[in-house]
Amino acid sequence: MRRYLPLFVTIAFIVLLALGIWSGEVPVVWHKAITICLSCIGIG
Amino acid sequence: MERLRRKSQYIFTLLANAYWLFPWRSPIYQGPLKKICFPGLNCHSCPAATMSCPIGALQNLLATLRPSLQMGQIHFGAYVLGSLGLIGSIGGRMPCGWICPFGLLQKWLFLLPVPKLSFWRPFRMGPYLFLVVFVVLLPILVVDPLGYGSTWFCKYVCPAGTLEAGIPLLSLDQGLRCAAGWLFAYKFIVLILLLIWCTVTSRPFCRAICPLGAIYGLFNRISWLRLRFHPDRCVQCKACLTICPTGISFYNGLDDLNSAACIRCLRCLSICPANAVSLEFGPVQEDIGKAVNTIES
Repeated sequence: MRRYLPLFVTIAFIVLLALGIWSGEVPVVWHKAITICLSCIGIG
Repeated sequence: MERLRRKSQYIFTLLANAYWLFPWRSPIYQGPLKKICFPGLNCHSCPAATMSCPIGALQNLLATLRPSLQMGQIHFGAYVLGSLGLIGSIGGRMPCGWICPFGLLQKWLFLLPVPKLSFWRPFRMGPYLFLVVFVVLLPILVVDPLGYGSTWFCKYVCPAGTLEAGIPLLSLDQGLRCAAGWLFAYKFIVLILLLIWCTVTSRPFCRAICPLGAIYGLFNRISWLRLRFHPDRCVQCKACLTICPTGISFYNGLDDLNSAACIRCLRCLSICPANAVSLEFGPVQEDIGKAVNTIES
């Protein structure tokens, strides 16, 4: 069982990635990334 | 191998910061590539950044978790965690050694001819502390009356944000310069202290702070790509320990070669005169004798 752990982990994270895309997280990530993050630059 | 790694670091640093139109067009890149999380630490508010920062994106999703739940959406960072987990499950912490622009900066700074200090081992728990407290718990738990949290790691810790975004944007925009106050001053001091630390200690940010490295490090033992130590071949010359940027002492059994601290730079593989380190790709091997698909150093 442990032998195929990398395979199970990869599949699990592909599923998680697909879930994130399906639930609409990509536009949220994009929207945050195209606006200047005031926290990051030490203002807000 | 080292030359290949250096090229990889330069190429990925340039790819992650390939938008050079910011002085004439929008102050930061706003195209579709920013939907993709860059595998290394590279602030997405950097004027030249072409992709989003996974740690910034994860914090943003967690900071808005409560409002998104109220709107019937479950945005807990599955996209970001899925992207990082997929990369981590293949190469473990390899992006830290081969891709990360902030890792490259640390490498350069450590080359400066100044007295060197060793790394205090208990600091190794730092990345997990920053990951759990600053990236996950505080953005979720400390919220305003509307339920919105803050990006605590970006705001109070991240030196990459100050260096790559804060300083360039404030240099370019007088309005932002006027708005900068005590927080910018604090972050600037954090950056300066960290840069000084980088000159005297090898990769201190990766070893004591980086939450992205903490995530990738969790995969080091179970990723497709792993390192293997052959104690029967080892001549105890300590060349691996001398060259290791994160000070992993596996030749004497003190550390596991695939410990979470290993950034997979593969320098130990190249330098070992006795071929006691090998690289393997495939299912986890229970028995060294049955190893298949093993690439000898």
